[in-house]
Amino acid sequence: MGDTEKKVKLIDSDGRRNDGRMPHELRPVKIEAGVLHRADGSAYVEWGGNKVLAAVYGPREAHPRHLQKPTRALVQCRYNMAPFSVSDRKRPGPDRRSNEISKVISEAFSSVIFLEQFPRTSVDVYMEVLQAEAGTRCAAITAASVAIADAGVPMRDLVVGCASGKVGGVVCLDLNKDEDNFGEADVPMAVVPRTGQIVLLQMDGHLTAKEFDQAMAYSLGAAQQIYELQKDALRRRYSVSLEEFRAKEATASPEPEEEPKYDVYHDDQPGVAE
Amino acid sequence: MENQSRQVVVPGEPLEGPGLRPGPGTYRDGGRIYAALLGIRDERNGVVAIIPLSGRYMPRPGDAVIGTVTDYGHGHWLLDINSPYPAPLHAIESPWRVDYGDTQSFLRVGEMLLVEILSVDENCRVQVTLNREGLRKLEGGALVEIAPSKVPRVIGKKGSMVSLIKDFTRCRIFVGQNGRIWIDGEPDDARIAEDAVRLIEEYAQTVGLTEMVHGFLEKKYGRKAG
Repeated sequence: MGDTEKKVKLIDSDGRRNDGRMPHELRPVKIEAGVLHRADGSAYVEWGGNKVLAAVYGPREAHPRHLQKPTRALVQCRYNMAPFSVSDRKRPGPDRRSNEISKVISEAFSSVIFLEQFPRTSVDVYMEVLQAEAGTRCAAITAASVAIADAGVPMRDLVVGCASGKVGGVVCLDLNKDEDNFGEADVPMAVVPRTGQIVLLQMDGHLTAKEFDQAMAYSLGAAQQIYELQKDALRRRYSVSLEEFRAKEATASPEPEEEPKYDVYHDDQPGVAE
Repeated sequence: MENQSRQVVVPGEPLEGPGLRPGPGTYRDGGRIYAALLGIRDERNGVVAIIPLSGRYMPRPGDAVIGTVTDYGHGHWLLDINSPYPAPLHAIESPWRVDYGDTQSFLRVGEMLLVEILSVDENCRVQVTLNREGLRKLEGGALVEIAPSKVPRVIGKKGSMVSLIKDFTRCRIFVGQNGRIWIDGEPDDARIAEDAVRLIEEYAQTVGLTEMVHGFLEKKYGRKAG
């Protein structure tokens, strides 16, 4: 593709990229949890020019019935790009590319969710790309994993998606649109930040083994930064009422009476009270 | 300790502490304990657990839940109990003598019931019963749905919170463990009861919740207790 277009200068003489970043720098990332009310869990991610909304339902009864697994839950993912997400209108509906992405993302999440706790059910994950600018699958994974946690689905850890690649002969983290289109390689991956396990790895283009290791190191490092943003988004979602109350408490008389500590798992409470 | 017990944790977060054992909502990996859920850390008797802030209701034997009839067969009714699994109520588990194929004349689709979970097998096949004291068909009234993880706060210690709401509003209230709450009373009273439940849901994690709800009800009823 790069041959037909006029050659774009991707790396300048200072080693900066065309958007001013250094090779190891991420685009700005913003994450918010619990943005939709109808879904069991949801999240919204802005990652550079990408805007992705994720919604999670379930665990719920798996449909169609024949897909149900008698001993564990399914993870059904749908990655979809809005017609207006790219500069030329995208023909709406699933296509080869989004079917593939949906499949690899559902496999990534299958390895972190405790599926055996919910036999015969399905966890449905919907990812809508509202605006695309390279790296949408990584942004979608990052959003979906926050949404799954927000839905209260038990999982081993959050999952972070992050891409690295090679542009103008230099290995770079988190490629932007031009770098993705005119660069030499793009390696999206999804990692489990706590253990460093890789649950999704794809590569488009060519890298030497050494370049690949460098790309991997960049992505793993960036994953830790994004992980912190994910955790922060989830904490923010649930600390609001706590702070509100503390403010109220500070003005009111400070005498908290003996209160049962909100215990779900203890059987000393009557199941029903008339 | 108060702050410790209200700390919000995120899946994958390590739960430190000497000699702790993993409880519900946690898992062990390589000798350490991690959170499996988004929730509040709860530590007691050397066991760490995560109290979920969201999530589906998972049926447990002995729970009283509110179900709605979604379907019927020749000898059973199918109830939706707000969990991933439908719950069949067999004719023998009802207080009536039901002739084969005559299930419809006792319960119709859409009716609400207060039932108890009889059994849950390893494949999460649920059975419920109507043959226990206090279990019944719920006629009239309205349902309020809240997150199942917040039900214990609505009930309160030994039912103190529901009693408080009932004393003020003079409503009949049933709280199902599945997050469904049935309220029946004068329309104005029922509305206040619903608002009180919503208040509890919103401020479920806070200390001094009973005080807060008491204050709310007193304001609504102008200081006179029911």
